[in-house]
Amino acid sequence: METIPLETHDLTVAYGKKPVLYGVDVQVPKGKLIGIIGPNGAGKSTLIKAIMGVIPLTSGWVKIFDKPFKANAKRVGYVPQRETVDWDFPVSVMDVVLMGRYGRLGWFSRPGKKDREIARQSLDKVGMLPFADRQISNLSGGQQQRVFLARALAQQSDLYLMDEPFVGVDAATEAAIIAIMKELKEQGKTILVVHHDLPTAKKYFDMLLLLNMRVVAFGPTSEVFTNELLQKTYGGRLTILSEVADAIRTQ
Amino acid sequence: MMSVSCKTGYMNGYRFLIRFGLILTVLTLAANARAAKISDLESIEFGEQLVRFFSMEDELLRTVLLGSLCLGLCCGLLGSFIVVRKLSLVGDALSHAVLPGVAIGFIVAGHKDPLAIFIGAIVAGLAGTVLVNLIKSTTHIKEDSSLGMVLAGFYGLGIVLITMVQKASIGNKAGLDKFLFGQVAALSSKEVTIMAVITVLSLVVIGLFYKQFLVGSFDAAYSKALGIPAQFFHYLLMLLLAFAVVISLQAVGAVLVSAMLIIPASSAYLLTDRMHRMLILSCLFGMGSGAMGAFFSFLGPNLPTGPLMVIAASTVFAASFFLSPKHGLVSRWLRFRDRTRRIRNENTVKAIYHVREKNYFEGEGVDIDALAARLKETRKATLLRVKFLTDANLGDVKEVDGNKNIFLNPEGWLMACTVVRNHRLWELYLTNEAEFEADHVHEDAEKIEHMLGEETVRQLERLLDFPRKDPHGKLIPSLADLQRTLTHSPRKNEPSGYRMPHS
Repeated sequence: METIPLETHDLTVAYGKKPVLYGVDVQVPKGKLIGIIGPNGAGKSTLIKAIMGVIPLTSGWVKIFDKPFKANAKRVGYVPQRETVDWDFPVSVMDVVLMGRYGRLGWFSRPGKKDREIARQSLDKVGMLPFADRQISNLSGGQQQRVFLARALAQQSDLYLMDEPFVGVDAATEAAIIAIMKELKEQGKTILVVHHDLPTAKKYFDMLLLLNMRVVAFGPTSEVFTNELLQKTYGGRLTILSEVADAIRTQ
Repeated sequence: MMSVSCKTGYMNGYRFLIRFGLILTVLTLAANARAAKISDLESIEFGEQLVRFFSMEDELLRTVLLGSLCLGLCCGLLGSFIVVRKLSLVGDALSHAVLPGVAIGFIVAGHKDPLAIFIGAIVAGLAGTVLVNLIKSTTHIKEDSSLGMVLAGFYGLGIVLITMVQKASIGNKAGLDKFLFGQVAALSSKEVTIMAVITVLSLVVIGLFYKQFLVGSFDAAYSKALGIPAQFFHYLLMLLLAFAVVISLQAVGAVLVSAMLIIPASSAYLLTDRMHRMLILSCLFGMGSGAMGAFFSFLGPNLPTGPLMVIAASTVFAASFFLSPKHGLVSRWLRFRDRTRRIRNENTVKAIYHVREKNYFEGEGVDIDALAARLKETRKATLLRVKFLTDANLGDVKEVDGNKNIFLNPEGWLMACTVVRNHRLWELYLTNEAEFEADHVHEDAEKIEHMLGEETVRQLERLLDFPRKDPHGKLIPSLADLQRTLTHSPRKNEPSGYRMPHS
């Protein structure tokens, strides 16, 4: 049997003492484009950060292709939210995309000719090659997002985690990103995308993970995108759960 | 040790108050402290000092200069990371927090032992930063206040301890007061050795792990996601920073060490937008400032080194501030002037277009008075405008029947058509697509017409399906019209070149 790209068991995360994710169990199949959907504060970004160990887990475990994240970090590509970085930082577009190669380099080695070539191809794929030598502060929102996508492509991973890649981008960029995601999928890669626009979610993704502090549902879009489940995700706030969480925090 | 990030400058006023209080304290203390300078050793003339400095025969002088260069290099290198990570306040806090450690190191060793003082200072600096994090994480007091409190508290303690040590009768305490304002002349060769070791260490560590430090500074979460031990490299950088502060302490003084971290790096940041170039420039500026400080301290009577180094660094910053090609005041002013001139010329050629349009594009010249009437200004003002136009080589003034007329050349006419096209397309876009009222769009288009790029205009045109009429029913010059204006060179005696079609 082929190994599962991503499996979590009882993944629980708390910020300070306030729990934000409870017992997430998912087994993500290979070669799918998966949307993570849920209201604000549902823990969507937290989930993907926790998967990569950016945020420590309170309990539970994560396996990437049947190994802990650290052992398989190379096989995971990441597109963080755009506003998490300082775009005045003194680096060029090329420098940023080359960072995608750092995970594959040894402790002491520098990116070489081959890495530059891969970075160039990644930039070309997102249509940003002409901007390679630009400083990143001169880019528009859509261009910034393309650079982040190119950086993830340069990682040449098998599993991609993308945090709100469609926020604040123009229609052309959105279409370009979707096309690239589909292409990655064709190559047998698995892509998880944090997304918050319901109408496009139905259109874009093969599978949906409905999340609101815990997994409400996870399955093929046609089965999961139902009124009942969406209502459960968005409408029915888990009042007692969040009250208890607040109580834990204040103690 | 520190996971600190300061996002805004709202603490500036607060910082100033603290600084001011500290400086007052130090001034009172320093009033009766008299430093031993190289220039005190023998009283010789200014010129001889100069010769002595540049001949480098003096062993003492060489030591001092080497120390200054080391501290400049080290501070410039680490300061760059501090500046791009917005951790400047941490450098400030660290430099003040180390002071009690200096005194304690002295007390433990019984004399001014560089190694004991170094260790004491590092421990105190680390204790200070741990305390900042403790206050921040256990109470709702925010980072700026915690930093302010800890740096002031430790500094106060340090001054009290140092004063007590100086009053007490133990060992040789010469030079302990130099830790406040700094005096390179008080550096011993053992201290300079420590400085050199730390500087080389910093260079090697940053050189080896440049990529880890770069990605960690730019995007810490991403660096973790790559599997890089980001936390480890953060602490490593902070440790090097603490080292840099401590080795600079005696030469620059606790009050001003953070300036040597921030100013050379900020000057470099204004001049380049690549990290590796910023590092190199910052190191050079740091070394230059260090050497200048040492030099002037050597020349001048009783001048403390730290402030001189900081003045030198600030001079470099001022130069970058004014002269930086991208962010500098001068180039910004030049760009502003160019833009103002271009907009003025664009408005003039647009008015010429309007006058010609009113005459159904008959005749090529436009009478100055007619133009003045169109622009609702005096003849004198219009003549001045027209002079700018002819200076920019967009047209010529000729006498026609005793009246001055302005004739645009093909470039000028192209500019006129382009501006009018931008203006009218934008008006149409606002009324058709954004559903503005037709009488609301003119003001907006007056500004936008100067800024629309070629690409955007094409987009507008496609979106509006290549319109010929603006919301007021006037002709919009098309791309073909624009091309014609350039390719058509009027033959002699032909009435009107680059004539616009009558719609």
